[in-house]
Amino acid sequence: MTLLDVENLWVKFPSRQGVFEAVRGVSFTLGRERLAIVGESGSGKSMTGRAILQLIRPPGIVTADQVSLEGVNLMQKTEREMRDVRGKRVSMVMQDPKFSLNPVMTIGQQIIEAYRLHNKASKSIAYEKALSMLEAVSIRDPKRVMRAYPHEMSGGMGQRIMIAMMLIPSPKILIADEPTSALDVSVQRQVLSIIDTLVTDRGMGLIFISHDLNLVADFCDRVLIMYSGRIVEVCDAKNLHEAKHPYTRGLLNSLPRLNAPRKKLDVLSRDPAWSEAPSVSGRV
Amino acid sequence: MAMIGLWILVLLVMIAVGAPLLAPHNPFAQELGNRLQPLWSEGHILGTDSLGRDLLSRLIYGSRITLYIVGLVALIAPITGLLVGTVAGYVGGWTDQVLMRITDIFLAFPRLVLALAFVAALGAGIENAVLAISLTAWPPYARIARAETLTIRSSDYISAIQLQGAGAMRIITKHIWPLCISSLIVRVTLDMAGIILAAAGLGFLGLGAQPPSPEWGAMISEGRRFILDHWWVAAVPGMAIFTVSLAFNLLGDGLRDVLDPKDSEK
Repeated sequence: MTLLDVENLWVKFPSRQGVFEAVRGVSFTLGRERLAIVGESGSGKSMTGRAILQLIRPPGIVTADQVSLEGVNLMQKTEREMRDVRGKRVSMVMQDPKFSLNPVMTIGQQIIEAYRLHNKASKSIAYEKALSMLEAVSIRDPKRVMRAYPHEMSGGMGQRIMIAMMLIPSPKILIADEPTSALDVSVQRQVLSIIDTLVTDRGMGLIFISHDLNLVADFCDRVLIMYSGRIVEVCDAKNLHEAKHPYTRGLLNSLPRLNAPRKKLDVLSRDPAWSEAPSVSGRV
Repeated sequence: MAMIGLWILVLLVMIAVGAPLLAPHNPFAQELGNRLQPLWSEGHILGTDSLGRDLLSRLIYGSRITLYIVGLVALIAPITGLLVGTVAGYVGGWTDQVLMRITDIFLAFPRLVLALAFVAALGAGIENAVLAISLTAWPPYARIARAETLTIRSSDYISAIQLQGAGAMRIITKHIWPLCISSLIVRVTLDMAGIILAAAGLGFLGLGAQPPSPEWGAMISEGRRFILDHWWVAAVPGMAIFTVSLAFNLLGDGLRDVLDPKDSEK
């Protein structure tokens, strides 16, 4: 079943040097699955995520033939209607929990606010909800954490709190924009497994934006590889190592591998033809 | 040093509250036979003015007026500035342009001149003096609030709350205001001295508090006529203005050291 259907999505920024196109005609669909978007810095993967929620700041322009969420086209919604979509239907976890929690509000206040934005509930019900949500992201002693400020939390805890905050209005789709790149390796797996259980249990769709190919190959179902605003290849995550596009091959070969040691790693050579080639559709 | 400032101000507040108990005489009672008594004369420690009113009592009652003016201005100006600045900074675009150009217009005039113009238009009196000073005091606050908002609005936690579906009103009042307030508080305490001087200046020019009210600026103005022969009539309220202004500045400096995150790391 298709949750999200994106067709021909463009993000443009007019500037003095002409129009800069960050995302150029991207199409894909998302079901109840874990979809990864992979690419180097500046390939437009985060912009794609933000464009779905229409959170591109002016002067940025978003155009698309359709961005439909369970059959409703988001492109035709007004800003006011979009507010009901954000958080409640589609949510997003951002890169660094240090910067994505308000430093002067307690964690409890922030989670309760996130819940009450979309649910008319009394403070005590919201408090109970927040407590159980914190338990769901395996935070020990949630009552103490509710009273704490973000600077008292470690990175891994912060990211789990962010996940709790973003999932408490029970959205249908979670966009995770490099949720683990600010965390160290041992914590990464823990956070990922929490995302995984919550997403599967609730039957949500996950868009996982990352630059870590190995992580994505393990964790996701399908992978879109983006290069300069376009999708250059779509493949199943388990077959990622058999990818055909020279860019994907280049990315794979530029990583060291324990079972195939090499004297020199490949340097990514970029072919201008890649950015000219039309975008591959990621629709099923 | 900040503590000295704080103690002077605490003392001032206590004097203002306990004025009826502390004042040895009625500040309005005239005694023409006893006019222009020098310092330390009997029954009048700070002497008397040209109508024989006790200067100490007038000084004590005058602290109430000073605190009234300072308090009201310190409420009106920062709140107006905060509103204008955060809205301009958050909404951006045309709203920002219009609001900030209005702010620039107010900033372009010297404070006392603009206040004079407002009081002249509204009519003399303490309430109008408060209004006039507030009208001239808010633009710097708007600028500070806007600058803070510009840095805050592009931060990740504002994006986070936006993508949870919060509207502009909620973001400005619940997420941006609390972060702007500490820098505004510092500015307010540093501004207090200026406010006192402006109020005294208006009183001196006859546009603030009206006689016989014991406003310090107006008292200096009355003493001006005898400044060569009876200097204390002007000097006593002058010293009061000086001390209180200094106290506010000391406190402001101290608060800035405490509240400024850039300094706290040292």
